[in-house]
Parts: sequence; structure tokens; C-alpha cells
Amino acid sequence: MDFIFEGMNLYILLAAVFGLFMAWGIGANDVANAMATSVGSKAITIKQALIIAAIFEFAGAYLAGAEVTETIRKGLVQQDAFAGNPELVIWGMLASLLAAGLWLLIATQQGWPVSTTHTIVGAIVGFAAVGVGTHAVDWGNVGSIAMSWVFSPVLAGIVAFVVFMSIQKLIIDTPNPLENARRFGPLYLFFVGFILSLLTIKKGLKYVGIHFSDSAELAVALAIGTIVALIGYLLINRVNISSTSESSTTARRRSQYSNVEKIFAVMMVFTASAMAFAHGSNDVANAVGPMAAVLSAVHSGAVEAKAAVPSWVLLLGAIGIVIGLATLGYKVIATVGTEITELTPTRGFSAEFGTALTVVMASYTGIPISTTHTLVGAVLGVGIARGIAAIDLRVMGGILLSWMVTLPMGAILSILFFFMLKGMFS
Amino acid sequence: MVAKSYISSLFGKSPIRPLQEHMAGVYEGVTHLVPLVQAMNTKDETTVSSAHQKIVDSEHAADVMKKALRHHLPRSLFMPMDRRDLLDVLLMQDKIINLAKDIAGLVVGRKMVLHESLQEPFLQFTVRCTEAVKQALEVINELDDLLESGFRGREVGHVEDMIHVLDKIENETDQMQAKLRHQLFDLEDSMRATDVMFTYRLIDWMGNVADDAQRVGSRLQLMLAN
Repeated sequence: MDFIFEGMNLYILLAAVFGLFMAWGIGANDVANAMATSVGSKAITIKQALIIAAIFEFAGAYLAGAEVTETIRKGLVQQDAFAGNPELVIWGMLASLLAAGLWLLIATQQGWPVSTTHTIVGAIVGFAAVGVGTHAVDWGNVGSIAMSWVFSPVLAGIVAFVVFMSIQKLIIDTPNPLENARRFGPLYLFFVGFILSLLTIKKGLKYVGIHFSDSAELAVALAIGTIVALIGYLLINRVNISSTSESSTTARRRSQYSNVEKIFAVMMVFTASAMAFAHGSNDVANAVGPMAAVLSAVHSGAVEAKAAVPSWVLLLGAIGIVIGLATLGYKVIATVGTEITELTPTRGFSAEFGTALTVVMASYTGIPISTTHTLVGAVLGVGIARGIAAIDLRVMGGILLSWMVTLPMGAILSILFFFMLKGMFS
Repeated sequence: MVAKSYISSLFGKSPIRPLQEHMAGVYEGVTHLVPLVQAMNTKDETTVSSAHQKIVDSEHAADVMKKALRHHLPRSLFMPMDRRDLLDVLLMQDKIINLAKDIAGLVVGRKMVLHESLQEPFLQFTVRCTEAVKQALEVINELDDLLESGFRGREVGHVEDMIHVLDKIENETDQMQAKLRHQLFDLEDSMRATDVMFTYRLIDWMGNVADDAQRVGSRLQLMLAN
């Protein structure tokens, strides 16, 4: 064990640096896709998007990021396989972080639609299977994660479809869409606030040391949902409704629709916040999961199954994401946001609702999924409800292809780095 | 690390706006048919030729728009309406302006002069036919709201009412056309044979303008039925 203690500080330093780099990359890039739909539909300005993203990414990562971090840290590999060889975990996790960071850098510059989640999972499975042996991979867990990558876009699509259909039924296809938008808007916001806070309270808060009983959880979630709905109600009432002097029914309906969109633009601020929260809760793990694994291996000399993720690790990841957002993220949001003009607020609301719900649910169960791919599924769901003028299916093909390429690429790179580190340190 | 986002590339170019612009261009050209016929009746050759020129210009502009729209519709697009229906609507719209161009060409090329007693009814017939095109344009302009409502519910009923009005206008033009034909038949013996022939043709073509305007509406109805 001497060797571990000699290199301990170096390993911790490396893990922190690599983890921060990865979190920075996630903040610089991934967040853009989550926020861009709101900016694109003119719901919020880029500056507002940045502030919202920073606050809620941070909150999501810190309050609800622990579960997925646990999965990345120890759910993908068999702990017994590393017993007595903690340095293998350290090298492997460091290699995974390096591999994922590098692959993301390459892919981003090429404009390929790759996912941070897929890369890091591919990398960890890669080093474990080749560097240690196929028995070192928890194939059952990996299999169910891979399955969830298929189901999460589908689920988000279904939710977005249902939400959009309900907006049509309750608001658009009524004699007085504007009035109904005012009436039902806060209700939708209540559900956003309620579901998200319930899932977060149930699983996340114990990591920061707050405990509630079951009924208290429900009460707190209900209260938060109500507060969100109330804030929404007040904001919706402040929306400037443009009225038309024209008396023809066609002109009146048209102005009603545009006013409904104005209201949903305000409501989208809430789903955008939910998206940022969901993204933080799921994707921060990609950076801090391997970091946490290195830390616990250094400290205890094994892959510790019991010890929980220290909350300062989550904090570090959250800070990394916000730094990424502040240094490069705004540029990406600006670029992407101005490109999405086809998504009106009612559509954006539906898509973000479906995505946020799906991703937070995945975070709740500890499954690492790709926020962006889930969002793509949700957009498609709105498209199936005949809500979007045109969706380019070739892009869908590219996304499917990227799923298949990213896993082996992450794996190959991390295997290379693994043997490099092994050669350097042993 | 500034990325090209595939979220934004997921959205194809919306075909609705260009389709509406094309139809607006078509209607703009068709409106010149009224001054054309007026000038033909008063034998004002300069006005006839200027109206002809305007129609030809509109046809040309519509052609450019048509080609641009076709380029925007690759097979890989997933749209709320059938791609084939959309292209059919475009084709119908294009036929209208082509007919207008042919009518103007005939009037200019043959220096057409209508029989005294046909002049007023033919002008009214022309006005009504352009109104059919106007109604078709208004139906096409509803596509935005149809998309907004997801092609469902009240908005669909609203558009179907408008299509119904279009059908009614077209029906009227049919009756006017039949009456004009009948009048021309009675005059046949008193006119030059070639004039009779081309007057029939002029009446037919003008009637076709309204027919094709109606077809635009019925194509749209097919989209709603999907």
C-alpha cells in the first residue's frame, strides 16, 4: 500500500483537474442545447438564459446529482474485481476522464452529435473490460443503462406529445384561447414544480444532510409546486397582451394565438429552469463520478461500496459547470439559440417539459442518460402531434450513428490512456 | 469548443411561409387580369401591354419561388402535412399564374376584341374569377394558424368554412361561364369564325383560373383529412 500513499496527492490533484476539465466542457457545451430552445423561441434573452442556467445547473448538480454520480462511480464495474488493486481503479478512472474529455473536444469541433454520458460510460466499460477483464464489468447494470438510452428519448417524446396535445385541447382549440392560457398556465407550472421538487427531495437532499418524513416530503413538494404556480400566475398577469381593433374573427383568433404564445414564452422560463436543473442533476456525474471513484480508492484503498459521495465533490463539479457556462457557454447558447426559430413557445414548453421530467426521473433512479438525446426525442414527440412545420430526419440518423460510434471511441481512448498511465506509474 | 448544434439542425425549413409567399405572388399577378380586360374592352393598347408585362413578371417571380420551395422539401423531412399534397398545392398555384399568363398572351398576341354585348359580362366574370383566387390565397394564409392548432379542432372547421366559400365562388363562375358561352353561341353567325373560336378559348381559360383556385382549396382539404 505504500505506493498508494506516495502518489496520493498527485492522484487527487489529477482527478480534480481532469474532473474540473470535464465539468467545464459539459458547462461550455452541453448546457447550450438545454437552454437554446428557450433562447430560440425568444422566451428569454441570452443573458437571462445564462443566469438561469448557472443557478439551476448548480442546484441540480449539488442537490440531485449524487445518485447518478454513485452509478458512474461504482455501478458500472464489479467491485470485487478491484479488491486489492485500487491503483487499477485510479488509473482507469483518470483514463476515462481524459478519454471522454478528448473525444468530446474532437467531436465538438467536428460538429458531431455525441453525448457526454455515452462517452464516459463507454470509457469506463472500456478500461474495465480490456484493462482488467470482462468479468470486471457489471454487465447487467451496463445493459440496463444502454436500454434506458433507447427508452429515455421515447419517454420524453410521449410526455411532450401528451403535454402538447393537452395544450391544444385545453387552450388552443377553445373559443377563447387567451383566457384558457391564463387559467391553465399556472396549473402546468404547478406540475413542473411539484414533480421536480418531489423527486429531488425524495432522493437528493439526504446528501446535503436534510431529511424529511414521507408526508413532509409530499407537503414540501406541494408547497413548492404551489409557490411556482403562484409566481407563474403573477408573471403571466404581467404579460403585455396586444389587442386588435379588427373585428373580423380571423384577425381576432390570430392575435389570440400570438398572445397565447406570449404567455407560454413566460412559462418556458420555468421549464428552461427545470431543464437546467435536470441537466445538472444528471450530467454533473459524468465529471465527478470518476473523480469520486479515484478519491475513495485513494482514501480506503478499495472501491468502497458503502461510503457516499462527499458533497464537496458535487460542489466542485457544479462549480466546474458554471465556470464552463460563463467562459464559453454563452457563445454556444447565442449561436444555437439564434438558429432555432421554428420552435414556438408552446412547442418549446412541451418539449422541455418532457425532457426535464424524463431526465430528473433518470437522475432519481441513478441512471446516466443523455439530456440532449432526450430533448431530441421530445421534439420529435411534438412533431408527431403535428406541431412542428418540418423536422429533418437525416439528423436523427446522425444521432443514432453517434450512439454507435461514441461508445467504442470512448472505450478505445480510455484503454489507451489506461495503459499509458499504468506504464507511467507502475 | 464552439459547437454546431444538432438540435437546431433538427429543424428543417418550414414549407408554409414560402408556399404562402408563392400564392401571394400568384394572386398579385392575377389581379392584373381585371385592368387587362378593361383595357381590352376600351381598346387601350398601352394599358393592355403593360398589364400583360406585369403578369409575365409575376409568373417569372412565382417560378423562381416554386423552384426554391421544391429545393426545401427533401424526402427526409418529417412534416405535419403530406409532402405530396404540399407539392400538389404548389403545382395548382403555379397553374393559376400560368393560365393568367396565357390569357394575357392571347389578348396581346391576337389583339383580341370582344363582341360589344359580351364585354360587360366578361369583365364581371373576370372579376369573379380573381375573387376565387383571392379566396384561395386567404385559405392558404390560414396554414399558419392550422399549424398553431396542430391541424385539429376549431381552426380546421374555420378553414373548411373558407373552402366552402371558395367552392361557392367557383360555382358562380361556372354559371357565368355557361351564360357567356350561350351568349356567344347566339352571336356565332354574326362574327368571324376565328374570333368565335378564340373568344370561346378565352372564356374557357378564364374559367380554368377559378377552377384551379378551387383545386388549391380541395388539396388543402386533403391535408386536413390526414
